[in-house]
Amino acid sequence: MEKVIEVQNLTKKFGDFTAVDHISFEVYKGEIFGFLGANGAGKTTAMRMLCGLLPPTSGKGLVAGFDIHTQSEEVKRNIGYMSQKFALYEDLKVWENIRLYGGIYGVPEDEIIKKTDELLKRLGFEKERNSFVKSLPLGWKQKLAFSVAIFHEPKIVFLDEPTGGVDPVTRRQFWEMIYEAADRGITVFVTTHYMDEAEYCDRVSIMVDGRIDALDSPKNLKNQFKANNMDGVFQQLARRASRKAD
Amino acid sequence: MEFFNNLRDALQERQISMKQFMSFVRKEFYHIFRDKTTMAILLILPILMLVLFGYSISTEVKNSKIAILDSSNDVATRAIIEKFRNSEYFSVKKMVNNPSEIQDLFKKDRLNMVLVFGDNFYENLAHTGNAQVQLIVDGSDPNSAKTIVTYATSIIGAYQLELSKIDKIPFQINPQIKLLYNPQMKGAYNFVPGVMGMILMLICAMMTSISIAREKELGTMEVLLVSPMKPIYIILSKTIPYFVLSLVNLATILLLSVFLLKVPIAGSLFWLIAFSLVYIFVNLSLGLLISSIVDSQLVALLISGMVLMLPVIMLSGMMFPVENMPVFFQWISQIIPAKWYIIGVKKIMIKGLGLSSIIPEMSVLLGMGIVLVIASLKNFKYRLE
Amino acid sequence: MTVNKGEFAVCCENITKTYPPDIQALKNINLKISPHQIFGIIGPDGAGKTTLFRILTTLILADEGKATVLGYDVVNEYQEIRKYVGYMPGRFSLYQDLTVEENLKFFASVFGTTVEENYDLIKNIYRQIEPFKNRRAGQLSGGMKQKLALSCALIHKPKLLILDEPTTGVDPVSRREFWEMLQNLKNEGITILVSTAYMDEAGLCDTIALILNGEFLKIDTPKNIVQQFEPEIFSVQSNQRSKLLTDLRRLPEVSSCYAFGDSIHVTVENKKISEEELQNFLLKNGHEQIEIAKIEPTVEDCFMELSKQQEENN
Repeated sequence: MEKVIEVQNLTKKFGDFTAVDHISFEVYKGEIFGFLGANGAGKTTAMRMLCGLLPPTSGKGLVAGFDIHTQSEEVKRNIGYMSQKFALYEDLKVWENIRLYGGIYGVPEDEIIKKTDELLKRLGFEKERNSFVKSLPLGWKQKLAFSVAIFHEPKIVFLDEPTGGVDPVTRRQFWEMIYEAADRGITVFVTTHYMDEAEYCDRVSIMVDGRIDALDSPKNLKNQFKANNMDGVFQQLARRASRKAD
Repeated sequence: MEFFNNLRDALQERQISMKQFMSFVRKEFYHIFRDKTTMAILLILPILMLVLFGYSISTEVKNSKIAILDSSNDVATRAIIEKFRNSEYFSVKKMVNNPSEIQDLFKKDRLNMVLVFGDNFYENLAHTGNAQVQLIVDGSDPNSAKTIVTYATSIIGAYQLELSKIDKIPFQINPQIKLLYNPQMKGAYNFVPGVMGMILMLICAMMTSISIAREKELGTMEVLLVSPMKPIYIILSKTIPYFVLSLVNLATILLLSVFLLKVPIAGSLFWLIAFSLVYIFVNLSLGLLISSIVDSQLVALLISGMVLMLPVIMLSGMMFPVENMPVFFQWISQIIPAKWYIIGVKKIMIKGLGLSSIIPEMSVLLGMGIVLVIASLKNFKYRLE
Repeated sequence: MTVNKGEFAVCCENITKTYPPDIQALKNINLKISPHQIFGIIGPDGAGKTTLFRILTTLILADEGKATVLGYDVVNEYQEIRKYVGYMPGRFSLYQDLTVEENLKFFASVFGTTVEENYDLIKNIYRQIEPFKNRRAGQLSGGMKQKLALSCALIHKPKLLILDEPTTGVDPVSRREFWEMLQNLKNEGITILVSTAYMDEAGLCDTIALILNGEFLKIDTPKNIVQQFEPEIFSVQSNQRSKLLTDLRRLPEVSSCYAFGDSIHVTVENKKISEEELQNFLLKNGHEQIEIAKIEPTVEDCFMELSKQQEENN
């Protein structure tokens, strides 16, 4: 299987504080990879390094075939990113947002026009083409944001708590979109605080104190930790944590 | 008995609110002291402004280049020219024969001044007791122009004095001053009152409104409003630290202008401070009014920057004389507190006039302050919207 | 001193709030909350939770309707309410540039009390962050900030504690700890009104109100809500997850089906289809390792069903 992310002994230190402590893992093409951990376990730092936003202190990481340390520009061009806090410009219209992101990632103009129509049709947003993003319900925004994040057909898309605060129906529709994307061969790297969502992932890693303490399919993890659900697994692992600071 | 109980409760409540108030003021000081960059800027800004303005006034006054057109060439003019030659402030670069050359000389030789003696200077002086001398000065740098004129007149004055002592006749030499390029020159040299007007406004109006807007932005205002603390105290306690800070700045400016720039306080220090307190009061209420309208620090900054600062710089008479503005702007300048403050400070500080002379300015500022305070209290929201 | 004038800690009658241009944040809200319980308002972002809380904390005014908190009217007697209510807004709202201790002392004096006076109430929470009392609040971790905010909201011993989405963005372990703290506070006699977008926290409340699009879908105990749920729910698993979902959606007898953790919840109304029929259908479609079990619905199932009804009614 093609490896889309390869990480070996990746470490990030801030002063004498080790935020990420020698983590190693691989993510395969088309996989949905859950990246879990308590607040302050080092998830955000690790994710920033993988997106080429933060140079690692030591260790090696390849994302989409590019070195995260020396080729961060290429990394950025081949990934999509979406977070709950920031995804779309609220004061731009729906089509303006799509065009903007298409433009940023160098999608040709005529292709942007064609793909915008397709995208809006698939989401059922044709009527909202000229609406301002701020007027859309939160669930719609998140769906649109995800579509925009994979507009340029990246090899891998990073989702940082994409479904926080979204209603249960929309949350599930969102996950169905994630499945579709994975079926198309896009690798999905996702963080979440919803433990039932962890069950939707092909494989899940759980970070504790900057290390990856568990990495397997949800089924195997539940067997290993003798838990009924992922929440049980998570509680057992995260309670081991010795550090509480962000 | 019930009366005493009520009284006791009322007193207790008063005590609690006082304690609340003081703890709020303390918190505000923490904010200011811990934001080192902003505090440094606020403390250094007035010094920087004064030194910058002050430096530009004190440059180039020595060895000013002058030319002389002496149509008389008699005892008196030669004596005066000799004095100019001996002065460390002037260096005589050229003797001119024809008035038509003067204009070109300014451009070519970068002259600062041309001294023009009329015909029959000594004769006029001796017979009529009155003689004319013209000082043509490059006014493009008004501060040095003003200094040059002062030096030149004092040299001519010194000669006049000598002459009077010898002959016991009151001679009168009338230096006629003609400024090239910036004939008004007015206002520009009075930068100390201008800086005072600007700094005090900056600290009081801008910083107060920003610090209240910050609480709204952070969401702490929500928590404070849902507390039993009277909302008006929340707002008033914001003004105290900036009031203190503006007093520190006022002291800095006055000390610097007296000891570094040698601009003495000609009038009463007491009334100068009293007048400044009124101006501070106006600006604090202005800051409160702004903060009751805006919800974000950025808007607060823009409003105080654009709506307050710009008119103060452009229209208050600090840079450009009000008399020369279009009528419309003259009207606008009437509602700018800084304009009245600057006029008043000039009267007390520079001209040395007493309280009676600033009664109009004082009353205008007091009136403005009362209107603003009422407006901001009326506008004050004890809810979020 | 009796503070509770009325029978209810919170009472809302026909509360309506519209934001310009025509966003209806709250539509005709009626709510009665008895004291000494944990009452949860549960719904997604944008459902109207924060607006309701702001009306109850006297921060904004409703367009229509009447509300009382601890027996006091939110419009005329707002000053009384502000004395007895503790409020923690959704965003972290403490002074980042003040230390932990300074924040606590400040809020104590704002409420006209001292830290010592009510230390007993916050002891268990504050003890956890006390070692960092000289650290600036801005440098605390998310969980510690939350504990500090809670301590500050409790420092005046409020009768009613209103918490707006205290657990949003907080990891499952810290969330569990937080709910344990709320339980302890309830035992101290404090009425707690809390909102959350996490459906799995519903079971930790005594009473819940499910809210969506400015309307309550249901107000009852979690147990009653689950019991009153009429359709049957089957939990279905097979070896092909995503095919399972599309296959089940094709069945006309199935009114809805959604992924829940590692299985799929299938909602069936009026017993239109039985466990065996489902099994056969899936076998016919090539599924293996099929596991079907009739289960009790979760609050999340109820929420989804009720939101479907709301959509149909509108």
